[in-house]
Amino acid sequence: MLKNRIIPCLDVKNGRVVKGINFVDLKDAGDPVEQAKIYSDGGADEICFLDITASNENRDTIYDVVEKTSKKCFVPLTVGGGIRNVEDINKLLNCGADKVSINTAAVENSKVVIDSSKKFGSQCIVVAIDAKKNGDKWEVFTHGGRNNSGIDVLEYAEQMEKNGAGELLVTSMDRDGTQAGYDIDLMSKISSKVNIPVIASGGVGNLDHLVDGIKLGKASAVLAASIFHYGKHSVKEAKDYLDSKGIPVRI
Amino acid sequence: MNVTIVDYKSGNISSVINSFKEVAKHKVTIQVTSDLNKIKSSDKVVLPGQGSFKSCVDALNKIKGLTDTLNEFAITNKKPLLGICVGLQMFADIGYEETETKGLGWISGKVSKIDNQNGKFKLPHIGWNQINIVKDSKIFKDIENNSHMYFVHSYEFIPEDKNVISATTDYSSNIVCSVEKENIFGTQFHPEKSDKHGLKIINNFLGI
Repeated sequence: MLKNRIIPCLDVKNGRVVKGINFVDLKDAGDPVEQAKIYSDGGADEICFLDITASNENRDTIYDVVEKTSKKCFVPLTVGGGIRNVEDINKLLNCGADKVSINTAAVENSKVVIDSSKKFGSQCIVVAIDAKKNGDKWEVFTHGGRNNSGIDVLEYAEQMEKNGAGELLVTSMDRDGTQAGYDIDLMSKISSKVNIPVIASGGVGNLDHLVDGIKLGKASAVLAASIFHYGKHSVKEAKDYLDSKGIPVRI
Repeated sequence: MNVTIVDYKSGNISSVINSFKEVAKHKVTIQVTSDLNKIKSSDKVVLPGQGSFKSCVDALNKIKGLTDTLNEFAITNKKPLLGICVGLQMFADIGYEETETKGLGWISGKVSKIDNQNGKFKLPHIGWNQINIVKDSKIFKDIENNSHMYFVHSYEFIPEDKNVISATTDYSSNIVCSVEKENIFGTQFHPEKSDKHGLKIINNFLGI
């Protein structure tokens, strides 16, 4: 039976982890490689790096991070943030990323998803959707949530599946950072609309939220950042909890 | 010992390279090449594959003499070869992804789209699934039945001779996820991304 995945996400800026696990025995709390290794040793089903480096001159720092991580972690590694074109994707995959998540570029130029999924296969193309509620629908936001594209999220999700996305990483901007739980309505609507797996993101504050994301939101995988930071919960605790609630996980 | 990972521009193989280098340490030389002479003189060959069946077969055929060299290595000389994902699928006679495409024909059978039962099952089949070991295979030495492996695929290999099947996995139906035919081994899952169990399988292959 296919297991639901737990994916810890690390925000990386200029090659350093922002926030992060911060265990006492950590030699260097800002080292993404070391943190990723802790996650994968703890049973993370995948690791996600979100590069939030703002300036272009420091963009290349992520390549070095990915290269080092992929030599130490033997679970899938997804990298997102700042990907503009097929060449950026090629570079990340060559450094050892298994998947890339594309956000703004997928909205601005549909060819990026079409061309990259043809060239590298859908299995490594994740389209990240930042969704914000507006009345009774959701709209797609770009540029780290700053710009409203006005595009309807459900229509967009369907289009991205057609364009060749292998998975959708859906973040509720209304919930992100609130620790109030995933936007279940959004997740379940998208998941019912498309035939590709949906990864739920944004708003996790406790382990029950992970359960809800899978059971009610019908997500194939749940992504979380802050509940794993500062050792609040370990990946293993999260998996044991899901298991106790009857959700199939890899233990 | 020399092990060649065939680099035929079939997409991203860095994870395969990293995992084999991790397991090989300094005992085994891992080379990554499409050089025919280097492949011929190797002790073992790894055939990765990402993207579609058609794109992988096309990429193999683009390198002059590569298919013949692989045939000679695996069929004539019967040296150990491991196919991963589409690398395994290409063992078949024929594949139906994108368009009907001829495979290597090493293990009779076809590669068709997984039946998603009218949308009941999502495709691709992405994530960790358990393998059901149905016959002793050298690459499963010390691997427990029902171990988790990492999968990502939408097509499945259906061999004619069921005796070649060494493991299956349960997703919409019993999907063939590992084969062994004499010196030819293949996994539909990605050992290079399957954590400790995956590295163990790689170690087993290097130890054959």
